Amino acid sequence: MYAQLVKSEGAKSRDEMSPEEAAFQERIDRGEKIEPKEWMPDGYRKTLIRQIGQHAHSEIVGQLPEGNWITRAPTLERKAILLAKVQDEAGHGLYLYSAAETLGISRDELLEALHSGKMKYSSIFNYPTLTWADMGAVGWLVDGAAIMNQVPLQRTSYGPYSRAMIRICKEESFHQRQGYDIMMKMARGTPEQREMAQDALNRFWYPSLMMFGPSDAESVHSAQSMAWKIKMNTNDELRQKFVDQTVPQAEYLGLTIPDDKLAWNEEKGGYDFSEPDWDEFFAVIAGNGPCNAERLGARVKAWDDGAWFREGVMAHAEKAAERAAAVRTAAE
Amino acid sequence: MSSEWPLWEIFIRGQHGLNHRHVGSLHAPDAEMAIRNARDVYTRRNEGVSIWAVRSNDITASSPSEKGPLFDPANSKVYRHPTFFDIPDEVGHM
Amino acid sequence: MAGVEAIDRAGYVDWLQRVGDNALILGHRVSEWCGHSPALEEDIALANQALDLIGQCQLWLGYAAEIEGEGRSADDMAYLRDASAFRNALLVERPNGDFGQTLMRQFLFDVYHLELLRALKGSSDPRVAEIAAKAEKEAAYHLERSADLVIRLGDGTEESHRRMQNALDLLFPYTGELFNDDDIDRAIAEAGIAPLPSTLKKAWDETVRAVLDEATLTHPGAVWQHGIKGAGGGRQGVHSEHLGYILAEMQFLQRAYPGAVW
Repeated sequence: MYAQLVKSEGAKSRDEMSPEEAAFQERIDRGEKIEPKEWMPDGYRKTLIRQIGQHAHSEIVGQLPEGNWITRAPTLERKAILLAKVQDEAGHGLYLYSAAETLGISRDELLEALHSGKMKYSSIFNYPTLTWADMGAVGWLVDGAAIMNQVPLQRTSYGPYSRAMIRICKEESFHQRQGYDIMMKMARGTPEQREMAQDALNRFWYPSLMMFGPSDAESVHSAQSMAWKIKMNTNDELRQKFVDQTVPQAEYLGLTIPDDKLAWNEEKGGYDFSEPDWDEFFAVIAGNGPCNAERLGARVKAWDDGAWFREGVMAHAEKAAERAAAVRTAAE
Repeated sequence: MSSEWPLWEIFIRGQHGLNHRHVGSLHAPDAEMAIRNARDVYTRRNEGVSIWAVRSNDITASSPSEKGPLFDPANSKVYRHPTFFDIPDEVGHM
Repeated sequence: MAGVEAIDRAGYVDWLQRVGDNALILGHRVSEWCGHSPALEEDIALANQALDLIGQCQLWLGYAAEIEGEGRSADDMAYLRDASAFRNALLVERPNGDFGQTLMRQFLFDVYHLELLRALKGSSDPRVAEIAAKAEKEAAYHLERSADLVIRLGDGTEESHRRMQNALDLLFPYTGELFNDDDIDRAIAEAGIAPLPSTLKKAWDETVRAVLDEATLTHPGAVWQHGIKGAGGGRQGVHSEHLGYILAEMQFLQRAYPGAVW
């Protein structure tokens, strides 16, 4: 998802837990929220920082593929909608960084970890947006996949994360719809528009499936995260749900999902579908996606070029505070 | 120099005269910019008519470990809640 | 409505485009920052500003198209005119440069914009007064932000001061055009629709000087002003090279796929 492959500490059985850990797990099992200054296992804190941080990074790197089309949006209304949406992503990044900051790491430290490559962001944002239809596909598929993961995360055990997700889900409700709305216009448009729509679906289908991460059947990380209610569903569950939801939507558009093996499976009550190429996924995560260098480069450049601005306004605030203090001293 | 902007907690009062409510945090060099940033970050959807910004460091919070002593006693004072009292229907709305 | 009836329609459309194109082009420039600003809070604030300006341009250009009466829409105006038909001032098409240049451009424009919109609230054309009333609130907030940031950065670090002074020196020569009256302005002013641009200069000057003082920046003085001599400037459709590239990007889809619905 926006947080793929989050390394978590291994799950412990009840017998292995200290009394504190057992009490903590019981609170989570009862559905209590864990709040910032409360005791928590070190692994819980670390895993959350990784996951929320990765999620936040994905939001701000995720501004770039769509930001790529803001200045080329075909109508004034589309431009405003797209800009508002990409702006929301900045806001969501901000909310999530704030949630991570309650765990004892600063936003600047998190950004540094992103910029140095120590922390990752979702693989999906390393794919290029080549036509206007990609704005539709990103909203429809990428936001659709993200929402699938974020809705259950509203119930996550960590209070600040849960509250951030609630706010994000509320704001994001228009994102997927605007994407689908673009797809509808394109699918019903001229032959060229139709072709762009199909091409966008072809290019974004498998990368969207990768967003959920590889199958977690064998992953110990997932088991611990699920016990802690940091992860609410398995990757496979969410991927299946996403496919089942998306196939009829594609049919409505008259577009073809690029998968020969796609077929309804009556028995399981869901679609059978082809796995994405996981070699590609790991290559993209490792930095070899089509846009990794551009995406990270753009973020680093924005940060470096903006240093004088951040320092300048901070210096002024410090000067102003000193001046105000001097005035107070003089008055006393 | 340390250029990291301090963290602020943002409270917003909505349209309907309710209390200011904590909506989230943000970074800003000082109070004035915190208010303006809050306007841009937290009222994008017409959410508020008044903003408070408080330095996160300036907030004194109750200690989580004292949660029991602080809040449990109120549990037993059920007479503070209107449903504690049975009022006959004949009396009408009260 | 006597005022509106009395004036030349083409001139009126031209004037409305001057106001609308400023919002369109500046909104476009500001939107280029999305995802690239120095801090998340700024990124969000700039997007709000761009959204305000895009919204304003829709109203102004929509009204221009109505007055023109040839069945065009605000989108047609934005996406299907060539550069020489654009009427924005040269200032707003200046490249973003560093963040300081973007802020300075915004500040110099916001002071003018707010003065103009305040005056337009008393326009003899109620439609103009109505659009101005909405836009004025937005412009007032834009100015609050841009003036404050100019002050902070001017009086910040040595580097931020240097960059802001540089931005000021670079952009100041594009401010004179905003206050240069021509025949269209005079006809519009006579009809009571808008004040003569030159009458806004004094208030602009006062605000700009006060902010620059506080920012410890040096007023560039009586420097050469572009867009006034010769064929004129952006308000007469004589633009810099930059506008062509803005339009090449902005109008690409509408030009490449004529008639498509998006």
